[in-house]
Amino acid sequence: MRIGVITFPGSLDDVDAARAVRLAGGEPVALWHGDHDLKDVDAVVLPGGFSYGDYLRAGAIAARSPLMQDVVAAAHGGLPVLGICNGFQVLCEAGLLPGALTRNSHLHFRNRDQLLRVERADTAWTSDYAEGQQILIPVKNGEGRYVAADADLDRLEGENRVVFRYVEGNPNGSSRDIAGVTSANGRVVGLMPHPEHAVEDLTGPSTDGLGFFTSVLKAVVSA
Amino acid sequence: MPRVVVDVVLKPEISDPQGQAVLGALGRLGHDSVRSVRQGKHFVLEVDGTPDEAELKQIAETLLANPVIEDVELHLPKD
Repeated sequence: MRIGVITFPGSLDDVDAARAVRLAGGEPVALWHGDHDLKDVDAVVLPGGFSYGDYLRAGAIAARSPLMQDVVAAAHGGLPVLGICNGFQVLCEAGLLPGALTRNSHLHFRNRDQLLRVERADTAWTSDYAEGQQILIPVKNGEGRYVAADADLDRLEGENRVVFRYVEGNPNGSSRDIAGVTSANGRVVGLMPHPEHAVEDLTGPSTDGLGFFTSVLKAVVSA
Repeated sequence: MPRVVVDVVLKPEISDPQGQAVLGALGRLGHDSVRSVRQGKHFVLEVDGTPDEAELKQIAETLLANPVIEDVELHLPKD
C-alpha cells in the first residue's frame, strides 16, 4: 500500500508523516510539490510546516503548486487525502475542504497535547476509531482558528462533515470547537492537530494517532 | 508602467484579533477616539500594457484574497 507524503518548501513534518505510514504497515512514498507525478500512490498525506513561509496566507501558495493540481483531480476521483495542520490549510486553500484557517484568536502560537472527540468514524482516515472516542494528540499552530460563514457552518454540521472537535479547551478559537472536517464523500480529511506525532510511546503523548494511518490502508483495500 | 492596487480585508463577520491588538495599543497610547481597527493587505501590481480588468479581477479574487474570509477591492489606474 503506497501512501504519498508531499514535501513543499517549508514542510516540517513530512518525515514524521512518512514514519507514521511505515509504523502502520504502509509504504511511504516521497512526493515533490513541483512535480506533476503522484507516482501511482493509493493515498496522499499533506504534512505540517510552513510551506512558502506562510506568505500571502498559510497554505495559499502551496495550494497552487503543480502537484496540487494532480491531487485535486485525483481527490475528485476518490483518492484519500489527509491534510495535517499546514496540510489542512493547503486543502482549504485548494478548495478540497470548506472554510479557512486564520490567526489564533489569542494571537499566541499554541503547542500542547490536545484531547479531541472523534465525530465521524466512517471516513477513509478514521474508520479505526469509534464515534465519540476521545484521542490525545499534539496541537501546534499559530493560524489554526477554523472559520466559515455561519450559514456554511450550519450546512457543514447538517451534512455531518465535522470529523473532530476540541474537548477540554479550544486551543485557537475555532468556530464551534471544530478541529477537523471532511469532504462530502469522506475521502478527504483535514485537521489542525498532529496524529503523526502520536504514533510511538517514546516521542508522543499517546499512540492515538496511528489509527489515521491504519484506517487508510483498509480504505484503499476496500475501494 | 501602469500600477494596479488591490486591497484585501477580512469580511466583517470574521473576527480580526490582530486589528483588536492594534486597537488595544492605541487605547494605551491615549488615542481614545479610535473605535475599531481592521487589518488588511495592500498589493501594488505593475503590469505591462493596458491592464486587463477581467484578468486582474480574477487574480485578486482567486489568489490575492480568499473569498471564504476576505473582501477584495481592485483599483485600476485612472487615465
